[in-house]
Amino acid sequence: MALAESPMEAEEEARFAPLYKVTAKVNGTPRTAEVEARTLLVHFLRENLGLTGTHIGCDTTNCGACAVLLDGKAVKSCTILAVQADGRDVMTVEGLEKDGKLHAIQEGFHEEHGLQCGFCTPGMMMTSVAFLSKHSNPTEGDIRHAIAGNLCRCTGYLNIIKSVQYAARKMRESKGGGSA
Amino acid sequence: MIPPQFEYYAPVSVDDAIQLLDRFGGDAKVLAGGQSLLPVMKLRLAEPRALVDINRIPNLSYIREEGDHLKIGTLTRTNDLNDSELIRARYPIFSDAASVIADPLVRNMGTVGGNVSHGDPANDLPACMLALGAVFLAKGPKGTRTIPAEEFYVDTFTTALEPNEIMVEIQVPKALMGQGTAYVKLEKRAGDFPIVGVAASLLEAKGKVEGAGIGLTAVGSTVLKAREAEAGLVGRAPDEAAFRGAADLARSASHPVSDLRGPAEYKKAMVAVLTVRALRRAHERARGGA
Repeated sequence: MALAESPMEAEEEARFAPLYKVTAKVNGTPRTAEVEARTLLVHFLRENLGLTGTHIGCDTTNCGACAVLLDGKAVKSCTILAVQADGRDVMTVEGLEKDGKLHAIQEGFHEEHGLQCGFCTPGMMMTSVAFLSKHSNPTEGDIRHAIAGNLCRCTGYLNIIKSVQYAARKMRESKGGGSA
Repeated sequence: MIPPQFEYYAPVSVDDAIQLLDRFGGDAKVLAGGQSLLPVMKLRLAEPRALVDINRIPNLSYIREEGDHLKIGTLTRTNDLNDSELIRARYPIFSDAASVIADPLVRNMGTVGGNVSHGDPANDLPACMLALGAVFLAKGPKGTRTIPAEEFYVDTFTTALEPNEIMVEIQVPKALMGQGTAYVKLEKRAGDFPIVGVAASLLEAKGKVEGAGIGLTAVGSTVLKAREAEAGLVGRAPDEAAFRGAADLARSASHPVSDLRGPAEYKKAMVAVLTVRALRRAHERARGGA
């Protein structure tokens, strides 16, 4: 369609923007919505699916508050189109808790006071979950590098790192120990 | 911020993608990782009529040595470079660069082909491609052609790639015995664009430099190949004096502008400092060190 010439036309155009059907497996359940091509994944999650645990922070690919897992990898959902997630696996912070039991990373943030205002927390946890699935016994330096794309404006990084270390320990123990 | 309206296509073959690009005649953009494209669309710096998402096209993500080349598929994610044993062992310049591109989340989406073909002089991989003498495979309606990295970068965000062409593969000459490579980046804070970046490659034999490559990031309207610095190294012993001589020539080859990341004079001084560091590291690696 041509670029709109006037506000009126822009309005017309927006009203008749074609919709694309997106079906993604979100936290294990197939979810479908019809969205515009320009709809960002974060808006699909928050507005179409009502999963408001994923936050919109900077909206400029800096802060990581919107981090979710796409096919198991941590990504910034403000910089991905919803249509790109069609047919793929998405995991949000709502998918961490299972049967009323907190995930080790949630327990870690709780036990080690890993949050102050809590705004960055969902993104911090999703990034950490993806990281811990590949690195079961990380050093502090490894963790700092892993969360380099997640900003905490309260600057509570020390406790965030302790929280991730707590989760790493907990996840190792539940797998029957070992230091690999 | 939400990008302006566009039509979305997700072809499953390169040929279909090219046909789409051709049909829109320069008014469509290829969506690869989207980590640069979507931000500029949100800011209305780009308003393509259509996006051609190439992520559903199979067999565009690989890292392998074949014949005389290391071949990298265009959809290879930046983090795949970090995870590759082959890259770590034989092409450490890419591990250096990939570990300092943006942040780990961006690197999970951002692609090698996108980083290289975006034409941003502040992207990190293009300087590596210049230093290594890479060539790019571009496919268009008339078939496939190769474009040497040093002929690819025309101006800021302008490359030799036609609007109806897709970069499908990056080919780097296979690492040789006695070759060492490195990328060094100076940044204000983790994940930022570089103040200055320098890529270096040294091929050494019998105590002499047989071949040298130097690429400069973020100090010109395109990435720059420091040709005089390269030529000045060949035939000399790979020592501090030679590295400092090359650093002076690299500094002269750079044309940075003053901006938030520092005054031009400072950036030129840093080109010299980083060139020495990159050459030192390349030299250590040429001798078998890490």
